[in-house]
Amino acid sequence: MSRTETGTHAPGSLAPTGKRPQGTLYRGREGMWSWVLHRITGIAIFFFLLVHILDTALVRVAPEAYNAVMSTYKNPIMGLGETALVGAIAFHAYNGIRIILIDFWTKGPKYQKVMFYVVIGLWVVTMAGFVPRHLINVFSEVG
Amino acid sequence: MATTIDAPRSPYSRAPRSRGINWEKWGWMYMRASGLVLVVLIFGHLIVNLVLGDGIKAIDFAFVGGKWSNPFWQVWDCLMLWLAMIHGANGMRTLVNDYASHRTTRGILKGALLFSVIVLITLGTLVIFTFDPCPAGAPADLLASFCSAS
Repeated sequence: MSRTETGTHAPGSLAPTGKRPQGTLYRGREGMWSWVLHRITGIAIFFFLLVHILDTALVRVAPEAYNAVMSTYKNPIMGLGETALVGAIAFHAYNGIRIILIDFWTKGPKYQKVMFYVVIGLWVVTMAGFVPRHLINVFSEVG
Repeated sequence: MATTIDAPRSPYSRAPRSRGINWEKWGWMYMRASGLVLVVLIFGHLIVNLVLGDGIKAIDFAFVGGKWSNPFWQVWDCLMLWLAMIHGANGMRTLVNDYASHRTTRGILKGALLFSVIVLITLGTLVIFTFDPCPAGAPADLLASFCSAS
């Protein structure tokens, strides 16, 4: 990808520091990797959403049909998949708020790197709360 | 003929748009506005369905019957369906524009996105609002407890 015109800086407003290309949030390091993760998590969530609408629509077919599909979601492999899904959603949500702050908050571009680490921190806290709770539910179903 | 040369590093400016709605701008605004609402709706959805009570163990037809007999959750889920499908498909449209290099490929992929949005939003909305938590003839042990009360 080349230079991204974000409209967040007047051209030339960043003083050059080091060897990295200047004038963009989206090339290299935190700016680029948050963008890459935002795309990957977004794609994963979109395809899950397609499946999730279809499986939920089975309530309109028969109680047995819906329960049969739900029971496949309760096995441990799917339980790990749900954990990954919630991880993707939490990252996409927190980084989405970071993007909004970069776009609308005057100091957003200045603090975009700090905000990336805040996103990671919030993600770790969220997952520390969610993962044990969910995996206990999933694995207690097996045993 | 005299030529005017801009001062170095003078800001780039686009020609002003003459007419029509700036769809890309409103799409950009939609991603941010719907994103904020979706954070609330989806985190609420995940907490109620996966964290509280028995979490995923409790999810079955009776659980859905209990939730969707309450208009609050019908509206919640319907809003989540519309906002998320359009947000997701618009995001995928951005990816298609970025990565599909042929005009025909882009057309096919974006057509597929539009098709899936229309079909799934229609299907989902119909399911939420025509859902019967107590279908006749279904075994009582699969249904919410209020079905056998009457």
